[in-house]
Amino acid sequence: MQERKPRFTSLSGFDTNLVYTHDDLKDWSPDEELGAPGQFPYTRGVYPTMYRGRLWTMRQFAGFGSAEDTNRRFKYLLQHGQNGLSVAFDMPTLMGIDADSLLAHGEIGRCGVAISSLDDMERLFEDIPLDQVTTSMTINGPAAVIFAMYLAVAEKRGIRLERLNGTLQNDILKEYIAQKEWLFPPEPSLRLITDTIAYCSEHVPKWHPVSISGYHIREAGSTAIQELAFTLYNGLTYVEAAVKAGLPVDRFAPQLSFFFNAHNDFFEEIAKFRAARRLWAREMTRRYRPGDPRSVQLRCHAQTAGCSLTAQQPMNNVVRTTIQALAAVLGGAQSLHTNSMDETLALPTEDAVKLALRTQQIIAQESEVTNSVDPLGGSYYVETLTNRLEEAAQDYFHRLDDMGGMIRAIERGFPQREILDASQRYLRESERKERIIVGVNEYVEPVERPIPIFKIGQDVEQEQVARLSDLRKCRDSFKMAGTVEALQEAASCGENVMPYLIDAVKAKATLGEICMALKEVLGTYREPVVL
Amino acid sequence: MSPIGSHMFMCDIRDLMTLAEQVRAGNVRAVSRLISLLENHPGAREVLRFLNNTSRRTTVIGVTGYPGAGKSTVVDRLVSLYRRRGLKVGVLAVDISSPLTGGALLGDRIRMQEHALDHDVYVRSMATRGHHGGLAPATGDAALVLEAAGYEVILIETIGVGQNEVDIVDLAHIVVAVVAPGLGDEVQAMKAGLLEVAHIVVVNKGDLPDADNTLRDLREWCPNVLRTVATTGEGIPELAAAMTRYQQSCGVGHVGEARNR
Amino acid sequence: MAVASAPLRILIGKVGLDGHDRGVKLIARALRDAGMEVVYTGLHQTPEQVVNTAIQENVDAIGLSILSGAHKTLFRRVLELLNEQDAEDIALFGGGIIPDEDVAALTADGVKALFRPGAPVQEIVTFVKGLKPHG
Ligand SMILES: Nc1nc2c(ncn2[C@@H]2O[C@H](COP(=O)(O)OP(=O)(O)OP(=O)(O)O)[C@@H](O)[C@H]2O)c(=O)[nH]1
Ligand SMILES: [Mg+2]
Repeated sequence: MQERKPRFTSLSGFDTNLVYTHDDLKDWSPDEELGAPGQFPYTRGVYPTMYRGRLWTMRQFAGFGSAEDTNRRFKYLLQHGQNGLSVAFDMPTLMGIDADSLLAHGEIGRCGVAISSLDDMERLFEDIPLDQVTTSMTINGPAAVIFAMYLAVAEKRGIRLERLNGTLQNDILKEYIAQKEWLFPPEPSLRLITDTIAYCSEHVPKWHPVSISGYHIREAGSTAIQELAFTLYNGLTYVEAAVKAGLPVDRFAPQLSFFFNAHNDFFEEIAKFRAARRLWAREMTRRYRPGDPRSVQLRCHAQTAGCSLTAQQPMNNVVRTTIQALAAVLGGAQSLHTNSMDETLALPTEDAVKLALRTQQIIAQESEVTNSVDPLGGSYYVETLTNRLEEAAQDYFHRLDDMGGMIRAIERGFPQREILDASQRYLRESERKERIIVGVNEYVEPVERPIPIFKIGQDVEQEQVARLSDLRKCRDSFKMAGTVEALQEAASCGENVMPYLIDAVKAKATLGEICMALKEVLGTYREPVVL
Repeated sequence: MSPIGSHMFMCDIRDLMTLAEQVRAGNVRAVSRLISLLENHPGAREVLRFLNNTSRRTTVIGVTGYPGAGKSTVVDRLVSLYRRRGLKVGVLAVDISSPLTGGALLGDRIRMQEHALDHDVYVRSMATRGHHGGLAPATGDAALVLEAAGYEVILIETIGVGQNEVDIVDLAHIVVAVVAPGLGDEVQAMKAGLLEVAHIVVVNKGDLPDADNTLRDLREWCPNVLRTVATTGEGIPELAAAMTRYQQSCGVGHVGEARNR
Repeated sequence: MAVASAPLRILIGKVGLDGHDRGVKLIARALRDAGMEVVYTGLHQTPEQVVNTAIQENVDAIGLSILSGAHKTLFRRVLELLNEQDAEDIALFGGGIIPDEDVAALTADGVKALFRPGAPVQEIVTFVKGLKPHG
């Protein structure tokens, strides 16, 4: 029979055969390529029992308005069965800008919570036991400053730092590549990251100081191959920097974590998670020969693909999210965020977030997919995809090596251009209807039924500005200025800045003041033009 | 009213005179409109007669060099430097038009947006619209407009493909070629083309490891080679000084009497 | 009066603090491919920078993208500045995560069109092509 299309391709562009058989895996050795669950090369998962031992952490990213607003949303989520917190900050915070800066006008509390000082951080976690939850903080440029605030809150409450558990995104390379939220040039940024890694390995051992993120690379339009390759290569770049700074690899590598996108191409996505674990284990072993097996295990968080959601027929997004979440689970992710259906229109409503959380709970509790580890292992198709993804990522590794590493490649605009070109290819394909997007280029409804939209209070901006002005009046400014000066001194002579940051935030130096002071020492960055 | 230009373009000569008058008064919108007119209607060149102002002395600096060498960044730094000297600065940044669609993506000014709020800096992006020679057909006319409007230095960034960049030689008093290290073959090719027309050669990205080699290589070849790091501004004052020296050695001019014309 | 062959000039840029520039770059490429001259200003532009640039570049329209939720403040400010500079003949359009209610309010204020993430690029190109060359 005539097939529907002349060519069937995966979202990454791999040609897909009609059927996969033993012939596709001729030289393939299960012992070498798979191993047992919890065994090298960890293709089947990092733990022997996987979800039979413990389900993944259901962690919905949340944040909007003031610290109090977000604190309320956190409590709502915990009350509905979520077990990890994940903070979304607003744009000024992400860019290290205080709420009362001119640049922050109109942006405060809009796409996350506004945090300008230690006081805000205290209110954000009011009545939340920091030693009993795990907290993920999605912030990069000013990550070290925000982390210092979190540690200072814990200290103030008498919680020992060893008991803190959570994740700081703190992945600056993918900012230069994809999300474009940087404060300083690459080299000094890398040094700040190394400082947080070193500080955690000594004082906050359960904390994940970096979450090496492919999510944003994918959201910027990359293929699964590029997401995999650039993310892992970024990870190797952080490891190299820390090793160069004198840290033994086993002291910090077990605490590195990853963050991937879960996109539409179901089998390719599952294969991506598997290939990521295998490639990381192999590369880390080859490059550093660590003694601790945990140093080569790739643990990851996953989030369903925000860029795959449509403003048209928003209810369809629930279905997309379900399929993507299932791919992340079959791929063996350690924690998961499911997007809400209304996120292309505004921040999610409580009901929409709850539905997204319920989606995870249904997969976990009703579908029975959690009963067996890596249920697709050995599938001719999935194993072939896993192999091809690993190979394609290795090709990128070689090209990046040849360019002199990721920073040089970024300066040349290489990963940026690869991603932009990929996203343009996808756009062309959907325009030609080679890729169908339900409700967008097919099954379009002329009249859309509106859904409820979440609104942020109008007074957040004024309140936040007023608070900041009070803080500036009430603090001991002389003492504060001294801590900031000491911080600058430490930053310029290469000392670990973390203790100085903690002192500065405790003295009520604001996020903006600290970032400005650091820019004076570390410089600023202009990106290469990629058009 | 005598209409001028082709049948495609009818424009009241009195409107043009008014526009010229506004340009001479330094009105930015008028400058912008007139440049567009000159780009779109060859007939509008009549207006250039009304712009002539021999009392003005504007220096035109051409900046050329391969894609990505740092031309725009160098221009941006020079703008800052001339602004500190209190000069009014105009920039004409040329990018290539697609031969297929006629469209163009003009991205040079990304590097210069810090000057967007400075009323004494005017930046205009121009597309080549099929013209060969490294500039847009109306770049020379646009320079005349800027001169008439009182801009004291005009920086022109060419498309920078490295070959056939001949226009800039006729238009600019000083031509600077920007080279980046580590482009072995391209530097060789440039020797045969660009560097021949340049008065000053700049090895930009002086912070990169290969910079010393490139400097050495080029110094054997031409006398006036400088090192810059445009991203930090290093070497830019020296570049400006070298340009001044060069200019003094061959006398000043203004746009209307460019050197080779 | 413009000649049919004079390409439309369009300023494309990002206002506000967010750095999600994939969409806006794809639009810039698409407008170029449709024969327009696109002046791209890059990230983090203030409304003041945008309007001054639009005037210097003598563009026919300004297209701005913002995904951080500050659209109301920023689009309104651009309109206000165009007005102050006597440049309302430059059309303003945009894209972002913008709820219906805000779309209605902003179009009433004078924004010519607003597109959401995932809006077909062809639709945007067609819209821009339909704009009249200004002044
Ligand atoms: N390391 C380093 N990078 C630089 C320097 N100058 C410019 N760059 C970077 O080089 C890239 C290209 O700079 P541009 O100024 O856009 O170069 P250009 O020659 O104008 O490029 P086109 O107009 O595209 O031909 C940018 O990423 C700059 O930040 C420098 O001195 N050192
Ligand atoms: Mg340039």
